[in-house]
Amino acid sequence: MASNSRKNVALDREDVLKLGFAGNVVEKRVTRKDDEVRPWDLETKFQYVGTRVPRFDGLAKATGRAKYTYDVNLPGMLYARFVRTTVAAGTVKEIDLSKALALPGVKAAEQVWDLKNPVRYAGQAVAVVCCETSEQCDDAVRAVKVQYERKPHVVTVEDAIKDDAPQVGNRKNATEPQIGRNAVDVEEIDAALKTAAATVDVTYRTQVQTHTALETHGTVAHFTKDATGAEKLYVWASTQGTFTVREGLCRALKLEANQVEVISEFVGGGFGAKFGADETAIWAARLSKKTGAPVKLMLTRKEEHLCTGNRPDSVQHVRAGCDKDGNLVAWHVRNWGTGGVVPNAGARNPMIYTPRGMKTRKEEFAVLTNCGPQAAMRAPAHPQGAFANEQVVDELAEKLGMDPIAFRLKNDSYKQRPAQYELGKKLIGWERRNPKGGDGPLAGTGARKRGLGVAAATWGVNGGADGTAVAIVISPDGTVEVRNGCQDIGTGTRTLLGLTAGEALGCPKEKIRVRLGHTTDPFGPASGGSVTGPTLSAAGVEAGHAAKLAFLRKLGPKLGVEASSLDVVAGKVTSKDGKSWSWDDACRQLGVESVEITHTRGENFDAGFQGTVGGVQLAEVEVDTETGFVRVIKVVAIQDAGTVINRLTFESQVLGGVIQGISYALYENRWMDRRSGFMLNPNIESYKIAGAADMPEIVTVAFDLANGLNSAGVSGLGEPTVIPTAPAIANAIANATGVRVRELPMTPDRVLAALAAAKGGAK
Amino acid sequence: MKSQDESKEPQPLSRRRFLQGVGIHSVGAVAMATTLPKVALAGEPSVDASALQDPAPNTLGPDAVEVTLQVNGEARKLQVEPRVTLLDALRERLDLTAAKKVCDRGTCGACTVLVDGELRYSCMTLAVECVGSKIETVEGLAPAGQASAVSEAFAQCDALQCGFCTPGFVMTITHHLRNEKSPTLESAKRACQGNLCRCGTYNRVFEAAVLAATKGAGLPSGGGTGAGAGAGLKGGN
Repeated sequence: MASNSRKNVALDREDVLKLGFAGNVVEKRVTRKDDEVRPWDLETKFQYVGTRVPRFDGLAKATGRAKYTYDVNLPGMLYARFVRTTVAAGTVKEIDLSKALALPGVKAAEQVWDLKNPVRYAGQAVAVVCCETSEQCDDAVRAVKVQYERKPHVVTVEDAIKDDAPQVGNRKNATEPQIGRNAVDVEEIDAALKTAAATVDVTYRTQVQTHTALETHGTVAHFTKDATGAEKLYVWASTQGTFTVREGLCRALKLEANQVEVISEFVGGGFGAKFGADETAIWAARLSKKTGAPVKLMLTRKEEHLCTGNRPDSVQHVRAGCDKDGNLVAWHVRNWGTGGVVPNAGARNPMIYTPRGMKTRKEEFAVLTNCGPQAAMRAPAHPQGAFANEQVVDELAEKLGMDPIAFRLKNDSYKQRPAQYELGKKLIGWERRNPKGGDGPLAGTGARKRGLGVAAATWGVNGGADGTAVAIVISPDGTVEVRNGCQDIGTGTRTLLGLTAGEALGCPKEKIRVRLGHTTDPFGPASGGSVTGPTLSAAGVEAGHAAKLAFLRKLGPKLGVEASSLDVVAGKVTSKDGKSWSWDDACRQLGVESVEITHTRGENFDAGFQGTVGGVQLAEVEVDTETGFVRVIKVVAIQDAGTVINRLTFESQVLGGVIQGISYALYENRWMDRRSGFMLNPNIESYKIAGAADMPEIVTVAFDLANGLNSAGVSGLGEPTVIPTAPAIANAIANATGVRVRELPMTPDRVLAALAAAKGGAK
Repeated sequence: MKSQDESKEPQPLSRRRFLQGVGIHSVGAVAMATTLPKVALAGEPSVDASALQDPAPNTLGPDAVEVTLQVNGEARKLQVEPRVTLLDALRERLDLTAAKKVCDRGTCGACTVLVDGELRYSCMTLAVECVGSKIETVEGLAPAGQASAVSEAFAQCDALQCGFCTPGFVMTITHHLRNEKSPTLESAKRACQGNLCRCGTYNRVFEAAVLAATKGAGLPSGGGTGAGAGAGLKGGN
């Protein structure tokens, strides 16, 4: 059994943790200091963790009281807006701000662009205007005259890898291939495929997806002086990383950390694109310094699409094979994708199916194009890879006449997957599935055909100590304030931190107040890689426990009882000799003093039950074979993520992953015009995201698990749930029609084309 | 086509005749500036045709004008250029920031408010158009510090994640429950087709609608269908 990794502390207590899930429970011995909390496991009794708790800020949001960055209005505040390049490649010859500066209400107009730089895509900031009203910004932006020298551009992967393509950066458009770990050479793949009972040789394509957070990127900055006359910068930022914004602004404006306070209590969505001091933060701060007034600089919806990030596309050519029993023997993928003007564009093909002996080879080419830069987007690289991988295994299973779930289980070593599939099959009614696809009672005989599909996903358990600390103040009035400086991007972080700290402290839930989103509070993580949950929940448990000990130490003498004989249980202070005090009565004993602690989170434990999270999704779809229209009827999503702190927000996040997955599968697509180099749909009427009418029945299931990887046993949840939806839908379409659509989004035209090709006998 | 010649005398102007007149006389003026149909025309069965001779009385701008808007039961005086949308007037002039700017072109519904009891995309509505109309925003659904039954239901059902679309959905559902006697998940789903959510919360919004209805959704100022429900909240705006 693995041991606790905190080896450098005095270890005076040993516990045996029960980890895993019903039907697969393992014991793990851990040692800890006497005053450290016992890590949560299957035997921990909870007061409110694991129940359904409406999020603490739900009413603030539903009544409109919640103030997002976009909502911050300060006295005398000015509005700023960028002017952006209108050519996809070339140089900027001249920027004339004079006409803009002459307009009424214009307080500043600044050149952002360095004329020495080449223009690399349409949408780069060249100037910024700052005005008394937002309408005056419209006028001022129009009045800025920019002259360009246009050069040839290229906006698609296919065009960019041609020999005579215009060069986007300083080197060839396509990078040298990145070869995956443990790759064998092509000859070995070929040899393995020769022995295979079934093989596929297919190409899958996925589109560029933009994050489309509803609150655009933006900042309100107020450069002013504090009470001592020292320079002080207050910043409200729509961000996934309050402390990364502070750090970036300190560097850009040469300020000390204590001179910059970043505030981000509510964030209107992030999905991976909102990190650090972006150009809105830096220019809002500079303009505030210049004008002496607070400045609000929010991007427009169009800018949000053009320049704030996106999920790269992919063209994935897969050759794979298995033996007659369904054991995979070879897997070779070559992928091309574009992250626009930045090279990181992998589909990474995260493999769930890695049976012993399988020969693998991955080659990834990142292709530069004259398009806006990619940014991490919810489970970066995974949805692209899964769209191909999860269909390849289905295609192989089909050729063998095997059930696709049985096929997957042959090649998947993840411990909880068999149980997840069993549950999923029951909830979707898998027995209705026609194994052959395209016919049978489920598909029906009319134009509208139904089918069932499945896909799985994996994700790491990330997050750790990373300097995260939590402050807790217990006041004589009984309120418990829990503080951390990180942000809640909509995932329920505020509630998660409050519940974990409150549970460990033992106080009544109603007494918990949580403050997030102020960099004057203890350090917290940036929300990327699904780290926030595991990082903060463990910090919350440990800090809650430390607060309890500090509280009881102070309370003991006041009650005339040994502190060591006191405990807080289910909202009451109890002593070993059977006395008990209500929480409020006990707190009143503090007089005018508060109990205040700041606790720094400990490291993760080195080996828990499983270092990854997993889930399966099953979809039922109806395909209209006359119109090509795909309707998702039902999705079942089963997901493990360690300890479920709040069942209500857990389900919401799974629901969100599925809905974004449906959107990715059927609707979203960034259209680039090859001739002009412009994005044709930088809005949300023609860049389509899933709407109310597109919603199927969605069943979300939390697969409860104790992982023992940190004090709370929590794993990340945000990202894994968006991965398997699109391939599950694609597999269901194939099951309904007998025809495979290998390109995202699976729009009616593509469905009809696939049906027509099948009818015509083409591949 | 005899009507034009029936009488040579100036006659009261119908709305239809007004439009014909615009076509003939003052297209330029109307197109360049903004007409004030609600103030000058909409409430009236007819106006004197002489108004058409000089477009000035019917046009505003481009400079700011003073208008009074009835927002959440209060008369709010403000200076706006005629091009200012109701959304920007609310958010940037009146500090009523519940309605959100997301697409700014009538697609997403985050800016949804009620104007004279009807759903409106405030990003596609000019502030000057709303003079004389009753405007309701989320802030006005319940007295300060309290929550309407619809808002309560959203919080209970966790019908929100980042929450940026939420005020728009709350207005849509409030309108739906005022006008639908027996709301269902399906009817709520239909009602929400003009609102977009990015985090993926739709299904819980439908559930919140049904919960609010079964609780007898408080429809404070709507009167009509929500009588029983709104009782506790009456007096709020």
